Amino acid sequence: MSVIAEQSNPERDVSEPRFGFWLRSYAMVVKEFIQLRRDRVSFAMIVMIPVMQLLLFGYAINTTPRNMPAAVLLQEDSDLARSILKALENTTYFHFTREVHDVAEFDNLLKSGKVLFGVEIPRGFERAVRRGDHPSLLVAADATDPIAASSALGSLSVVVQTALEHDLYAGDPPSLPFEIRAHARYNPAASSRLNIVPGLVGTILTMTMLIFTALSVTREIERGTMENLLSMPIKPVEVMFGKIVPYVLVGFIQAFLIIGIGVSLFGVPILGNVLTLALLSTLFITTNLSIGYTFSTIVQNQLQAMQLSMMFFLPSILLSGFMFPFAGMPVWAQYLGEGLPLTHYIRIVRAIMLKGATLQNLQYDTIALIALMLLAMTIAVTRFRRTLD
Amino acid sequence: MTAAPANGIAIDVKGLSKSFGGREVVHDLSMQVKRGSIYGFLGPNGSGKTTTIRMLCGLLTPDSGEGSCLGYDIRRDADRIKRQVGYMTQRFSLYQDLSVRENLEFVARLYGMQDPRGAAQEMVRRLGLSGREGQLAGELSGGWKQRLALGACTLPNPQLLLLDEPTAGVDPKARRDFWNEIHALAAHGLTVLVSTHYMDEAERCHEIAYIAYGHLLAHGTVDEVIAKSALTTYTVIGDDLQLVAAELPGKPGVDMVAPFGTSLHVSGRDTAALEATIAPYRERPGLHWQHGAPSLEDVFIELMSRSKDNFQ
Repeated sequence: MSVIAEQSNPERDVSEPRFGFWLRSYAMVVKEFIQLRRDRVSFAMIVMIPVMQLLLFGYAINTTPRNMPAAVLLQEDSDLARSILKALENTTYFHFTREVHDVAEFDNLLKSGKVLFGVEIPRGFERAVRRGDHPSLLVAADATDPIAASSALGSLSVVVQTALEHDLYAGDPPSLPFEIRAHARYNPAASSRLNIVPGLVGTILTMTMLIFTALSVTREIERGTMENLLSMPIKPVEVMFGKIVPYVLVGFIQAFLIIGIGVSLFGVPILGNVLTLALLSTLFITTNLSIGYTFSTIVQNQLQAMQLSMMFFLPSILLSGFMFPFAGMPVWAQYLGEGLPLTHYIRIVRAIMLKGATLQNLQYDTIALIALMLLAMTIAVTRFRRTLD
Repeated sequence: MTAAPANGIAIDVKGLSKSFGGREVVHDLSMQVKRGSIYGFLGPNGSGKTTTIRMLCGLLTPDSGEGSCLGYDIRRDADRIKRQVGYMTQRFSLYQDLSVRENLEFVARLYGMQDPRGAAQEMVRRLGLSGREGQLAGELSGGWKQRLALGACTLPNPQLLLLDEPTAGVDPKARRDFWNEIHALAAHGLTVLVSTHYMDEAERCHEIAYIAYGHLLAHGTVDEVIAKSALTTYTVIGDDLQLVAAELPGKPGVDMVAPFGTSLHVSGRDTAALEATIAPYRERPGLHWQHGAPSLEDVFIELMSRSKDNFQ
């Protein structure tokens, strides 16, 4: 049964075919698409990662937290004291979970983290106020999370004034009859989601895109298919395009999902042009894919590929202006940040969605993204090993 | 045929050497393979067979040495060589998560064939996989995987096939079918270089080469290799063969003692010394000694043990 040998055309033209580059790149793209479709877990991740992360971060990361546990050390039971506590609870920042009777227990609760705030109303407080002695009211805050504490503390002075209005000095004195020992800042932007959701678009895309391509070449090597691929007439650029193109579409779907949820669920506006946003998002996606692909040509196995991606991902989160204000970082960190695609994309996406910026406003960041993409692609193509040496 | 050498030599390499991490895997290897022949490449594990094959198809760059493959320089024209060479790797290296047809279409597209779908469909029919073309390659049995791999590397009509242990772990029936295919392909003018461990497969090759520890030790037709070995072999039949097998090794003139079923092969290069040593045993009752030709396996095992002394 020897039938493979039925060769219709043994004398084959072996010169470079017309459109050879496109034919081979297309072959690679088709292959990658099929493999992606077969890989159910990866396919599920494409949808699940952005949706889960956005919902988790969007709802969980809240820099103006409310209902934080608080303890009260009430050393006198007066109407004024009750009014102040009531007023504090009405801000919804404080939720009094404990009432303690001595200072040691009060300190212990704060130290152990069982409460984030402690309010001490000293003995003879009401009488001292009425006498005009200007007594102190202590609000102790667990300042390990300064963001959580600051907005609650910021509300204090208003609160106390309100409490007093209802009780003693209805509408009377402009100055407080007692001192609140706490530092308070006013934070006008009550909603942090407006700032976080656009940043999340970039963060999530960085993570998923990096990992998808970072694994692509090492996977071929580990499965042994690279040996076969290299023995066929395909060039490094064609392999790269084949590996990147399918995931551009994947990234586009992810970006669409994240922005869609951001707009519909979190009420984030898109003040700028949607097309500009789509265009620059595609550029950002391609840049990340190129970087991930570059990683995969450098590392030896899939584990190293994951580690390298994480090493790139963490500074991206910390130094891009996603978590901390970019301007607040030291100069060296800002230089590092400029080398990360996420930095530029976060500026772009925030500017387009929240400020209505146009492509013209964003020239610098666009050019920076293009430069990073070309740099990564150049490294990848030169690093790609055409032999098994 | 472009750049086809007039002398009808498909592979012509001289002095190929390759080291990995300071260890020389292939040493000063020279070989010639005629067009249209089946060339068997034999040798123990780790002898450098795979490395040599990879150097021939441009997957590895030789440290030194030169040569041509289908008339193209193996150092400079790797791209041209790749277009006309079908390489079947030792380990199944098609995409396990692609179906039979998708794998074949991928190969057809990479080689820029006119009608990839048609070519793949035609190969599916030739392979006898019609109706199963949608099955994932990873789900095929070992024998079918080999067959598909052979189909994939012959799909773009190559002139030279490099097959690296294509029948390892395949059952005898599938092995025989596979060799029938290889002979049919060679009859169509393909040159086939095939590495193997199996002696019966070596005997189905037009020419063979034996390589051990990176050195090419013997080459030629099967008969030539046996004749050149200058090995004298006696076959012993009878009782208490274990006793003989235990006593003989190490004695003067005895290079090898190997049991073959109910008989024992006793071989040596120094005929006179061997005959002197076995003379007392030939007197023993119950033993029947016969002077015979060494088998290919005798020759190889002898070559292998000799090369071990020389190179290790």
